[in-house]
Amino acid sequence: MYVAVKGGEAAIRNAHKLLADRRRGDRSVPALRLDQIVEQLALGVDRVMSEGSLYDRELAALAIVQARGDMIEAIFLVRAYRTTLPRFGYTRAIDTGTMLVERRVSATYKDLPGGQLLGPTFDYTHRLLDPELAAGGDVAEPEQRAGEAEAMPRVSAILAREGLIEPDGDMPEDHVPGDITREPLEFPMARDIRLQALSRGDEGFLLALGYSTQRGYARNHPFVGEVRIGEVELELDVPELPFAVPLGSIRVTECQMVNQFKGSAKAPPQFTRGYGLVFGQSERKAMAMALCDRALRASELGEDVIAAAQDEEFVISHSDNVQATGFVEHLKLPHYVDFQAELDLVRRMRAEHDARENAGKGEEKRQAAE
Amino acid sequence: MRGREAREQAERKAVMATLAQSAGDDIVRLWGEAGLPSEAELLRGPETGLVTVRGRIGGGGAPFNVGEATVTRATVRLASGQVGHCYALGRDKQKAKLAAIADALWQDPTRRNEVETKLIAPLQAALASARERRRAETAATKVDFFTMVRGEN
Repeated sequence: MYVAVKGGEAAIRNAHKLLADRRRGDRSVPALRLDQIVEQLALGVDRVMSEGSLYDRELAALAIVQARGDMIEAIFLVRAYRTTLPRFGYTRAIDTGTMLVERRVSATYKDLPGGQLLGPTFDYTHRLLDPELAAGGDVAEPEQRAGEAEAMPRVSAILAREGLIEPDGDMPEDHVPGDITREPLEFPMARDIRLQALSRGDEGFLLALGYSTQRGYARNHPFVGEVRIGEVELELDVPELPFAVPLGSIRVTECQMVNQFKGSAKAPPQFTRGYGLVFGQSERKAMAMALCDRALRASELGEDVIAAAQDEEFVISHSDNVQATGFVEHLKLPHYVDFQAELDLVRRMRAEHDARENAGKGEEKRQAAE
Repeated sequence: MRGREAREQAERKAVMATLAQSAGDDIVRLWGEAGLPSEAELLRGPETGLVTVRGRIGGGGAPFNVGEATVTRATVRLASGQVGHCYALGRDKQKAKLAAIADALWQDPTRRNEVETKLIAPLQAALASARERRRAETAATKVDFFTMVRGEN
């Protein structure tokens, strides 16, 4: 018998009130301001923008504080907010070659034009907790170095001169970039759509998959050709103006992964490439994305698909942490009726099983007696 | 004639870029100091929406969609007839409205100089100095490789 039940309104209301209280915490501690989060938890803000797939620092900061620092919950909030806004259009493609670079390193070329710029990096720190930060001391201004601005061509352009590296990824002339916010995922998918999914994919998931390729599951001999972080300008074509209207700048992280490739039936020996591009400052994510992009090109390059990181449907279907958390977390919602049905089923199966067992035992006894 | 038109468009685009890059607070402050008129008929907005940011595969290949960004736009008409537009990243509606008025005023030949000198030039100077400081701070982290000399002589 199915019985519909209602209830829990008061409990839910009070739970949300309690949540608001616990989120705020001890009232004698000053409340966080959004500008404090934007300025001092900047990389957390960047992660929410990247995986929330919405570039807006204040909104990401609001989401972080509303979610009590739960990043995936914050990403969920941002994704939900996006759906309330109209879309004005698609920007012109950004040119990372003209980036106002804040960090740029290459693991393949020591002396590349523009040089190696470490920028604000955790690399080479000793990973020792700093008690002075807890005390809230003043922080010195950074050093400056005068000199002419140097052009910083992408490292892929340098390698391309020798013809030993594949070109930037092209699509057929008439290809319109796919958009997973407009069309459902379909497999197999084109590389541009994969990249859109990867760029908003979960950092931890992509990191683990990228790591798996390094450990031998679809090994593809990667080098960081280049990682660059900095601001790029956005432009939008609009009908009311005869030129592309400048919108301002956003910070992005780009990774050019270069992979040794011994050649296959489809392509000669050369360096192949994986590409990563994400909102904000996140080279871990950009590098993981580039590793996954390269691994997912297995079929295109005539490699055997033998590992999880090469399986497009597996990777792309599970890279979105909002979908993942929705499906995993829904398990805690009431499943009383489903479970009741399963319980009846298991009871019946067990009864049948026991009956068979008993019948079998009876038969054995009978045979032994004979 | 075509050349002049193209030059004017490039100048207008540069003005719009400066306004889009600048902080709303800076625009409001300079606007007040310059005593620029803020009356205009709002034809559209200010309204906030999204643009989808595009990148290129490998940096220079085929375009792909990276994600969305918030943009606020406004369109205004001055009593003198000029129509001004603004599109700027973020959700600052006051900034979008003032920037649209600035775009309209800039198109008025009797106002252009005032907008250029009292609003755009100081904004540009602030942006340039922030940009230069950022570049110099990054440049200080540039690695200067040197070769270890082995043996003696």
